[in-house]
Order: sequence, then structure tokens, then C-alpha cells
Amino acid sequence: MGVLEIAKGMGITLGKLFQKPVTVSYPEQRATLQPRFRGRHVLTRHPGTNLEKCIGCSLCAAACPAYAIYVEAAENDPANPTSPGERYASVYEINMLRCIFCGMCEEACPTGAVVMGNEFEMADYRYSDFVYAKEDMLVGVEGSLPQRREAARKGQPVRLGFKVEGGPRAELEGVTYPQ
Amino acid sequence: MPDWIIQLLITLLKGVGVALGLLTTFAYMTLIERRLLARMQIRLGPNRVGPMGLLQPLADAIKSIFKEDLTVTLADKLVYTLAPIIAIGCALTAFGGLPAGPAGSLFGADPWVYNLDAGLLALLAITSMGVYGIFLGGWASGSKYPILGGLRSSAQMISYELGMGLSVLGLLMLVGSTSFHAITNWQANSGWMIMFQLTAFVLFLISSFAETNRTPFDLPEAEQEIVAGYLTEYSAIKWALFQMAEYVNMITASTVMATLFFGGYRGPAFLEGLIPGIASWPFIWLFAKIAAFLFLFIWVRATLPRLRYDQLMRFGWKLLLPVALANTVLTAAIIAFSTGRVRVLLLVLLGVTGVALLIAFSDRMRVLWTAPTVRREDVNLTPARPAGGD
Repeated sequence: MGVLEIAKGMGITLGKLFQKPVTVSYPEQRATLQPRFRGRHVLTRHPGTNLEKCIGCSLCAAACPAYAIYVEAAENDPANPTSPGERYASVYEINMLRCIFCGMCEEACPTGAVVMGNEFEMADYRYSDFVYAKEDMLVGVEGSLPQRREAARKGQPVRLGFKVEGGPRAELEGVTYPQ
Repeated sequence: MPDWIIQLLITLLKGVGVALGLLTTFAYMTLIERRLLARMQIRLGPNRVGPMGLLQPLADAIKSIFKEDLTVTLADKLVYTLAPIIAIGCALTAFGGLPAGPAGSLFGADPWVYNLDAGLLALLAITSMGVYGIFLGGWASGSKYPILGGLRSSAQMISYELGMGLSVLGLLMLVGSTSFHAITNWQANSGWMIMFQLTAFVLFLISSFAETNRTPFDLPEAEQEIVAGYLTEYSAIKWALFQMAEYVNMITASTVMATLFFGGYRGPAFLEGLIPGIASWPFIWLFAKIAAFLFLFIWVRATLPRLRYDQLMRFGWKLLLPVALANTVLTAAIIAFSTGRVRVLLLVLLGVTGVALLIAFSDRMRVLWTAPTVRREDVNLTPARPAGGD
């Protein structure tokens, strides 16, 4: 009967009134991301030798559909190499405003050096601040540029606003995210 | 000072107090409504401005006042400005006649602004004047969606005004007066009116939803069809005034329902046995009843979808009006031909059977408003030019 259906609906909404809301109060509470989420790039290192995996081949720049990556290669110093190969990337920049986070650089990379991480909080004020250099993306650098600037200003450690369910992917060697 | 000046000052003070009280209630009503709706949709709702979002109404008010007050080029400037004032003026005036307690309970003064013998009639008249605000606002905007919204609201209000007026006729015959005091006193002696006029209450409740333009009858501001209806071309404080009028009307409708069917400012009599005199405490009972009805308004808004416009009109004319008429006639017959306990029994029976029949036949009756009024074979269904693209 029609009226009873209405009563049933009213009962459902009243029941939901006493249910705990599913809202995540984002900046205070951490948003939950899946490991496959493609965020800011991470430049990984070889686990044992601690050398950079990147050999400056520019294949990522060639694969990039948004022309967001700029690589300049240089010869390794044999006594004190930066990467295990002949050459390394002396300049490695990604323009995060151009990047569409498609992950094709990661697929193109022959050494698995550039990997899509999970960080996404990169909002900033100036165009120039969106060009992330090597030292902003190497393993061990926590947080994005504005996050690190804010942390330095307040004298507090960088706080990431997300957690990754089950931890970061295996390719992200040495990267830790809050869980 | 002469006595009449003091009386005038007191009345003025009460009027200002009621207006301020209603506007504060409106402001916090928006917050409570948003929070409750959010919780019913398993969200949190606005909780950022102040503790628990308690300063949100203040922020909204500041925003409304300082926003740019746009006027459309094609608008009729005078009527366009006057319309929200009419709407809020009628809404605030209507509330003043409702008693919030027995005579002399407001620090020695009477807890109402004005007291008319034609209380209920005057209230219905003033609230229907409020339609002018909406209709003129829609017309004066000089734009198509507002005028559609304005037309819808006037048609809807006129239709449901009939059902509303007819549904309280039985009650008025029982009491023998249209004064709210007489109605409240009658209920204090004989018990709450809802026991004797259950069907009338159901009809009045449905009509109230339509009269206050609330879901499921908020067709004048149906976003999916006509943007924001009569509000489309309004901004800033004028828009806020229309919103205020809508919420004040809702508060008034709640108060009227509490006064007519739930004993008004008097509490339930059976509590007198526990704490003597509790039923006569002023204000508290009325406020509790108003709050309960306001919660019902929000609850329904969270649950029910909107009706289609033609179905809304047919629902009013084909179901609400005849049932209200039948209720009036049967109540009149019972009052004419019976007395004492038999009359009470018959009235209770009438109310319960009426509602039971409405529930039992709710599926069968749907034909009344879903069936098209125009017979299909009369209509030439072949379009003049092929449908879809020129």
C-alpha cells in the first residue's frame, strides 16, 4: 500500500539519522588511498648501493604525452658515481601543472627509476613552484614543496593528509606512508 | 503616561520580540535543517564555522547582507523590491495572533501580539496574502522561469487553501469559535482535538506542506525544471527575505497545527498526576510541539521526492478537497444528531475510519492523480513536423 511504502521510507531516513556518518573530515582525518593511486613521482635508488636508478636516458620524457618531463644527462664520475651506469641525470624536472599522472613515464623507464607515488597534496601559489626538481622527488624526501615549506615555517614535521591501505606498492622502494 | 500609550508600547515591544525571535529561529532552523538532512544522508553537515557550526547562520547572514544586490534589466523595479517585503511581512504578521500561553503569563502581559475573535480566519487570510509576495516576485522578475514558478505557486496555494480551510471546518463547528483561545480552552476541557478530528489533521498536515512550499510539494522552486522558480532572479538580502518568509511560514504552520490539534500551549493532562500544574506551564509545551512539527518537516524533506506538477494539482482537487468536504459533512451530521458520549465515540470512529480507508485504498486512489485528464484518442499524436532535429 502506497502510504505504508512512504512510512517505510521515513523509517529508513530516521534510522540513518542515528548511524555514524561516513564523512572523512579530510585535513584532520587522513583520507584512505589505494596503493594503485597515481600521485607525485618518486625517484628511487638501488637498495644496496644507494645509487640512483635513473641513468638519464630521457625515455620518460619521450613517453610523456603532456611534455612535462625535462632531463639533462651527464657522465658519471668513475670514482664517485651517482648512478650505476655510464651516465646519470644531472637535471631531472617534472612540471606538475602539465603532468596528467598517467604513469606512462613509469612504464617507459628501463631501470624502474621513476615511480608514481601516492602523494597528491601539491597545491601552491606560483607557477615556478610546481616544477619539481630531483631533490624534491628522490626517495626520502617527505611531502610536497608547499608542505615542506609550511612544516619549516611552523617548525613541525611534514604531515601527510592520507594513508595508503596496505602500504605503498613494492616498486616504491624505501618510501613510507602513514597507515 | 496614559494607559493606552503603555498598552501600545507593550504591544509594540511584543511585536518586535516576536519578529526577532522568529528571525533567530529561522537562522538556526537553516543550520538545524542542514545538519539533520546531512545526518539522514550519513554526512556530517556544516560544522566548520564556530563550534559544531553554530556560527554558520551568522556567517550566512553577513554574506546575504553584503552580497551585490542585483536587479534584472527587465524587472519592474518597484514590485520587484516590494515582493519579498510583502512575503516576509505577511509571514511575520500571521504569527502574532497565536497565543503562546494563558493570559497574563508573559511577565504580567499577554503572550500574543494581537487577539482577534476571527483568529483562525484572519490567520488563513494573512498567510494566503503571502502568496502575493511569491507571485509578484515571479512576475516582476521579467524572466521566464520566475514567472513559471510564480504561476505554479499561486495555483498550488489556491488549490490547497481550499483543502486546508475545509479540513478545519469540522473543528470549528465542534468548538463553536474561530478564536485560538476558545480552541485551546475547549481542548483543555475535552482533550486534544486530534482524537476527534484525526482525518482533518491528516488533511491539514498535507495541505500545510503544500502551503509552505515544502517537499514533496515544493514545485514553485523545483530546481530540475525551473531553476529556482520565483527566486531565480533574486540575490542577496531579497533572496534571504524570501527564504525567511518560507521558514517563518513553516514555523507558523507548525504552531497552528499544535494549537488546533495538539492542545496549543497546554501540556498533556495526564502529566498533571505526576507534577501538579505541569500542563499549565507557558511556552515550554508550545515550543516542544513546534519543534516536533519542524522536525517532521525536515524528516519528510529528507525522505520524499517531489510530485509531478499536474499530479500535485489533481491530488489537491480530486482527493484532498472531496475528503475534507466529506469529513465536514459527516462531522456536522454527528454534531447535529448525537450528544454526549455517543458524539465523542462517533467522532473518534469517523477519524479512525477515515484514515484507515485512506491508507487501505491508497493504491486504488492513485488513479485519481496519475491518469491523464485528456483522453488519448482525442489528441492528434502525429507531430506537425518530424520529431528530433530540424
